[in-house]
Amino acid sequence: MMIFFWISLVIISLAIAAFIYRVIVGPTIPDRVVALDTIGVALICMIGLISILADTSFYLDIILLLAILAFIGTVAFSKFLEKGVIIERDRNSKE
Amino acid sequence: MKTNDVILQTTANIVFFIIFLFSIHIFFAGHYAPGGGFVGGLLTSSAIVLLLLAYDLKTISTALPINYVVMTAIGLLIAITTAAASIMFNMPFFTHAYDYYDLPLLGKQSLHSAMAFDLGVYLVVVGVTMTIIQTIGADD
Repeated sequence: MMIFFWISLVIISLAIAAFIYRVIVGPTIPDRVVALDTIGVALICMIGLISILADTSFYLDIILLLAILAFIGTVAFSKFLEKGVIIERDRNSKE
Repeated sequence: MKTNDVILQTTANIVFFIIFLFSIHIFFAGHYAPGGGFVGGLLTSSAIVLLLLAYDLKTISTALPINYVVMTAIGLLIAITTAAASIMFNMPFFTHAYDYYDLPLLGKQSLHSAMAFDLGVYLVVVGVTMTIIQTIGADD
């Protein structure tokens, strides 16, 4: 049964290698942002498999934390690409 | 041009409370599981940062009227008070104490004075992180 999890880990590592190719080559910035977000999701899968292999439940908090950080990072990146600022001072005032 | 961020704002309103509750859980679980004041404080400040991303600096400082510099000072005061309290009982500096109490609703729980020190760490981390982010965000 454990060999199944090891095979899944190898497949996810290959997927992360493909995402890293997209981060390096990606012609536009949004390509790179989406690839970085997907690397976060793949890392979450890896931590889940590793916590099964290490037979511990202490890694489950880290999964939730990594999901939150990946979400906030992607939102910050996309807001910077969309508006040029990450934190606005007053969104109702006319610039 | 005014853009409409209704999806981001609705998501942030719900996700803020999930992240905040998770940070409270991390903070209280710190004695027996991974976590503690530092990670809990960083998660709380990332929840406030998500609100700052969805809205703007002025709205959030109206909704959460917290002076984060004062919050840092209060955290340091709580930490130094917890460390110095053991001097009153003729014990060395930073000696902690714990005992078991029957709390209403929670049953028999062990209350440890390291918790109060962790609360100080939590307040300092939230205060310093939010001071840095708000100062940089308000810069023109």
